[in-house]
Amino acid sequence: MSTALQVANLRKVFGGLPAANDVSFEVMQSERRLIIGPNGAGKTTLFNLITGDLVADAGAIRLFGEDISRLKPHERAHRGMARTYQIITLFPKDTLEHNVMLALLGLSRVRWRAFRAMASETALRQEARHVLGVLGLAERATRLISEVSYGEKRRVEIAMALAQKPRVLLLDEPLAGLSLEERAQVKALISAIPRDVTVVMIEHDMDTALDLADRVTVLHYGKVIVEGTRSEVVAHPKTREIYLGT
Amino acid sequence: MLIAAVAAILFPLVGGPFYVNLASQIFIAALFAASLNLLVGYGGLVSLGHAAWLGVAAYTSAWLYLRLGLQHAITAALALIMTTATAAVFGAIALRATGLGFLMITLALSQVLWGTAYRWASLTNGDNGLSGLTRPAPFGLSLEAPAPFYYFALTVTAFAIWTMWRFVDSPFGAALRGTRDAPRRMSALGHNVTLVRWLTFVYSGFWGGVAGLLFVYYNKYIHPTALSLTTSAEALLGVIAGGAGSVAGPIVGAAIVLILKNYVSAYLERWNMLLGFVFVIIVIFMPEGVVPGMRRWWLRGRRA
Repeated sequence: MSTALQVANLRKVFGGLPAANDVSFEVMQSERRLIIGPNGAGKTTLFNLITGDLVADAGAIRLFGEDISRLKPHERAHRGMARTYQIITLFPKDTLEHNVMLALLGLSRVRWRAFRAMASETALRQEARHVLGVLGLAERATRLISEVSYGEKRRVEIAMALAQKPRVLLLDEPLAGLSLEERAQVKALISAIPRDVTVVMIEHDMDTALDLADRVTVLHYGKVIVEGTRSEVVAHPKTREIYLGT
Repeated sequence: MLIAAVAAILFPLVGGPFYVNLASQIFIAALFAASLNLLVGYGGLVSLGHAAWLGVAAYTSAWLYLRLGLQHAITAALALIMTTATAAVFGAIALRATGLGFLMITLALSQVLWGTAYRWASLTNGDNGLSGLTRPAPFGLSLEAPAPFYYFALTVTAFAIWTMWRFVDSPFGAALRGTRDAPRRMSALGHNVTLVRWLTFVYSGFWGGVAGLLFVYYNKYIHPTALSLTTSAEALLGVIAGGAGSVAGPIVGAAIVLILKNYVSAYLERWNMLLGFVFVIIVIFMPEGVVPGMRRWWLRGRRA
């Protein structure tokens, strides 16, 4: 089993405040990794560093052994990295189908076609429909994003990431703001993601997504505090300290 | 749509030369505004330097014709190459920023060209401009009379706008609109946002250059004002007043600006004031522009 994602001594300081302070961890191929931590622990910053939205002050990020620390976000996407956003970032004036098609276009050479109607890209459209179907959004495909519910938007976020058939998928609080019912639905979708995809997931609370994870990393003030299997982390005194407060 | 096409084709048969010439100018302004709209409306990149493409193409073509005596077909091709190459360089510089930064850089770069046209008199003849030009005669047809030039301008403009419509309607156009609405999301999806914007900038510059050629053929004269901030601002005003991000918007907007300019300047010296007033009225009642605004009113009227 090889390493899918390796983060080594990653450091990012915002105005004297370290949001990532010497963060190191390794995620094995096909693993489900949960990263938890209280507010301001640096979870989203860590994701932004991994995807290239932010550039690290120091340290390295390796994807299947290749150093991607200096690559632009779009170059990382082409190497098999996809993400979702904690704050929903979709194209609200476009249809669900169009949103997923933009995701498919991102990795397809079709995106450079400048003199052929988008409407005639039927293969792309069918693929988008198929992915929306997998996420249970088939009958919503031609609705505008602004017309569908919050829970459905969350699923479109995941649909766009999955459409890209990533090798490493980063989910930033995919269950945030969902009702209990929707939460169960999205959790089922996440656990159904094929095992050839490595999944790294951020959650704020410990218990919401614990059952999805193989291993758990606890982040606090930009530092890795505890890392281990589910039971190891739950039983660790430091986890209790952070989550129960002292 | 069809009615408009038929009306455009039959117009020179009924309209006098003044109106035919006015219509030709509207076509040129519409093409110019439409090319700017690629950046402003679809790319979300507001440029105040679009006059650069009009001016570079017009000056290059005029200079090559006057000084080297080259044929129109060759001057046109070289002028467009020159314009596109300049756009490639300016785009690479200006796209280091977005928003206000982009606006200021495009303004500054075009002002450099404007200053050059004014001051480098040995090249551009300065404030006197370049005169003594002729119109081309494609396939031996003279364009000196109003009606033939009208059809020439109509054909070029219609083809250009059709091509631009194909462009924004394509997968590339979809990606371009995506970079306008959520650039960071687009790069996370694998789109090279800077490259998409740069290619659009160059393409927009190319069509701005085509408008510049029509402009210099129409006037048979070129003066540094063509490169001035006013030229850029009028085009931007047309795009915004007509409706940025729609195909018909800049055409209508450019027509409004040009008609006001031609009619009102005959009666009022401060026609700019009236233009400003009309613009304010449009922004109050139809902030998204005349074309989308009318569409909204029409839909609301049908529903009521």
